[in-house]
Amino acid sequence: MRPEELLHSTPQGLYSPVGDFHVDPTRPVKRAIVTHGHSDHARAGHGAVLATRETLDIMAIRYGDDFAGSTQALPYGERIEVNGVGVTLHPAGHILGSAQVALDYKGCRIVVSGDYKPGTDPTCAPFEPVACDVFISEATFGLPVFRHPDPAEETRKLLDSLALFPERAHLVGAYALGKAQRVIALARAGGHERPIYVHGAMERLTAYYAAQGIALGEVRLAREAKPADLAGAIIVCPPSAMTDLWARKFPDPVTAFASGWMRIRARARQHGVELPLIISDHADWDDLQDAVLATGCSELWVTHGQEDALVHWALLAGLRARPLHMVGYGEEEAETGADVAVEPSAPERLV
Amino acid sequence: MNRFAALLDRLAYEPRRNGKIRLIADYFRHEPDPERGWALAAMTGALTFRHAKAGLIRELIAERTDPVLFALSYDYVGDLSETVALMWPAPHGRNDMAAPPLSVIVDAFSTMGRSELPAVLASLLDRLDETGRWALLKLITGSLRIGVSARLAKTAVASLGTLTPDEVELVWPGLAPPYEELFAWAEGRGERPQTDDPAPFRPVMLAHAIEDADFAALDPADFRAEWKWDGIRVQAVRAAGADGRHVTRLYSRTGEDISPAFPDLAEALGFDGALDGELLILREGRVQSFNVLQQRLNRKAVSPKLIAEFPAHIRAYDLLIEAGEDLRDLPFTTRRARLEALAAAHPGMRFDLSPLVPFASWEELAAARADPASHGAGADAEAVEGVMLKRADSPYLPGRPKGPWWKWKRDPHTVDAVLMYAQRGHGKRSSFYSDYTFGVWAPDGELVPVGKAYFGFTDAELAEIDRFVRRNTVNRFGPVREVTHTPEEGLVMEVAFEGLARSTRHRSGLAMRFPRIARLRWDKPPGEADRLETLERMLGAPEDASRPAARRAR
Repeated sequence: MRPEELLHSTPQGLYSPVGDFHVDPTRPVKRAIVTHGHSDHARAGHGAVLATRETLDIMAIRYGDDFAGSTQALPYGERIEVNGVGVTLHPAGHILGSAQVALDYKGCRIVVSGDYKPGTDPTCAPFEPVACDVFISEATFGLPVFRHPDPAEETRKLLDSLALFPERAHLVGAYALGKAQRVIALARAGGHERPIYVHGAMERLTAYYAAQGIALGEVRLAREAKPADLAGAIIVCPPSAMTDLWARKFPDPVTAFASGWMRIRARARQHGVELPLIISDHADWDDLQDAVLATGCSELWVTHGQEDALVHWALLAGLRARPLHMVGYGEEEAETGADVAVEPSAPERLV
Repeated sequence: MNRFAALLDRLAYEPRRNGKIRLIADYFRHEPDPERGWALAAMTGALTFRHAKAGLIRELIAERTDPVLFALSYDYVGDLSETVALMWPAPHGRNDMAAPPLSVIVDAFSTMGRSELPAVLASLLDRLDETGRWALLKLITGSLRIGVSARLAKTAVASLGTLTPDEVELVWPGLAPPYEELFAWAEGRGERPQTDDPAPFRPVMLAHAIEDADFAALDPADFRAEWKWDGIRVQAVRAAGADGRHVTRLYSRTGEDISPAFPDLAEALGFDGALDGELLILREGRVQSFNVLQQRLNRKAVSPKLIAEFPAHIRAYDLLIEAGEDLRDLPFTTRRARLEALAAAHPGMRFDLSPLVPFASWEELAAARADPASHGAGADAEAVEGVMLKRADSPYLPGRPKGPWWKWKRDPHTVDAVLMYAQRGHGKRSSFYSDYTFGVWAPDGELVPVGKAYFGFTDAELAEIDRFVRRNTVNRFGPVREVTHTPEEGLVMEVAFEGLARSTRHRSGLAMRFPRIARLRWDKPPGEADRLETLERMLGAPEDASRPAARRAR
């Protein structure tokens, strides 16, 4: 059978006509398999949702307990059948609970990787290559200019700056789900022992990570801190809050931003960042190639990002490859984070 | 090199002067000699690499990467050096090769022949990390922009111990990279470096701006006044070296040697000594505006044609050294008499005296300041930016001591302009819209931008403008917001500036010098703001309507 008969793209997202379910649909559907909790992949309002326990918990935190008609948790590596299509989840290494979805039907195997990254991350299970015929990849950082440095070295930049400017608050912009908790864990691994402060928008998610046994040390709410406590402290907030009225209460802040985009100077400048930290939860150019080759696939479909370059590389490497031109992914990462509105801005005044 | 590159990377993002000084000082503290000395040389502009052309860099990357992937990457990043630095393929076993120190790179570039450049550059790029490659490519293409002046780097050296920046400036002209004796002295481990430069820089004396309230405590009889010329403050030094040959140097007020840009002046100084004065362009005996001087300063190559078209001249304020004798401890009036005698003995040279302005009371001086043309400045009045007050008994002191010297600038030009765009600031101001683009009304009834200002307002005013911007945004472009600016609705700002020049780079055809926000005119409807014709008239008229002496009564 042609793989398109098992899975193809529709305006709602990837759809399996045999199994009658979508993967990461961008609009409400009857049955959805969700790879991870970022809002561009996990939307509220589906009839039924299949995902890891962690992803379901995160969706409940973000959208309320009634975010779907019904839910089913599937542990990594356990196979179930949906209308005859085998479904298995494998760790994607992107954020806590993130999964690749492996589908098998009549000898054809397709892996939807969602967002993923190889390498170590103390806040989630490590990425696992899964053998398949068709590999569906993102290409957020799918250009040869993106080769992410060692996250421990990047964290060192932050800790060095804290040592050099101990009187200044260090505001670190990070996406509320995943990146924020990873930055905290990285700072701990780098030896930073002081309390770390977070913006209200990431309070519940951070508490959830801690409750799952991820060591984050002492985390406090920034809004409850006295300005004197914040000198020389790390304060993690959604990127948009750095330029928001919210940021005004901090003593002479250094503005950092933890993102793979920080590799590009013009991007960092656009955000007014003074301390760019190249810490990414996505595969870089070399990772993408390694991941594709490790699956042994003969065909590569690219969902979103810099698909032209990755498809060009795959064709040169002798694979069949095509972009899916999917719309709606990458939005949470693109600018500021969808969670920003959770905490209303402080009244417009100088603090 | 990787650590120096990391410093340059950090400096490129750090907006604060003090932040930059601390970053540089921290690097100096942790980096050994001679590496830190070469870094200091690179930051003070004392290093010149054999410049590699962009074409060579393109060739090198073309040999190593797929053309389609390079084109996609370059298109995305938008900067050649950065694209190449990021996508340069790391060779296998890179970790076994130590990154080359800056000193090795400097050495490689100074000894190799032209034909070796591609291979040497490629091998260096192989051994550096992404940031190292970026810094190297920027250094050799001459496009490194990190916002660090030579003065700032020297200030960072001084901050390693208890030296002042002026002390570093004093010994600087006699030093050469990698500056090991300078670091030893700054860290208290060594003696003050002996400078054998016969024509060193002496730190200049600067003045405080006088406020209205200051006059009450000052007696006019204690002071002498002279014009403050609108050029660049320089120190011209000539002395004989050990070999008997005369050395002539022209220094900026921060001690940078700018002689190469003014060979005509260096040749024309006909006596041994050190003059403090203003560098001006004179044509047929008339001082030209600062804009004319700017045109000469902007040129990189100093051609005979440029020298003929923009003849440089020094208008002398003070005499610090005469024939080896240090006059700086003598009172101003004594130094002045020596300067006058010197000028009389060397007529027709490329320097002349800045005349004293006679006055008996502050009112008389205020009248002279308001109308220099009829108080002795004559046809040069346009180049007068105010008066200087100097105590008759003041010695020549380094730095900016409070009391002996005052500057009393003329009132600035002002126009009422309408706020059009606002951009977020940096650092403390990163949550404030603090950079403003403003416009005046063009004949077609549209606003045309005439300038940009980011200071002049109080913190309270900044908060008010910020609130206005947030509530009246009509468009967003990244960090920039366009605000309402119709004849009925918008914010009028009184903008003060020092001068106007024609500019082909601005849509209005004008460029303002030193614009700042003087006042917010919440009371004024935008339709009543100034028109482009008003600014055009200011360009034409030396004494213009925007500058009535009584506009702000003293």
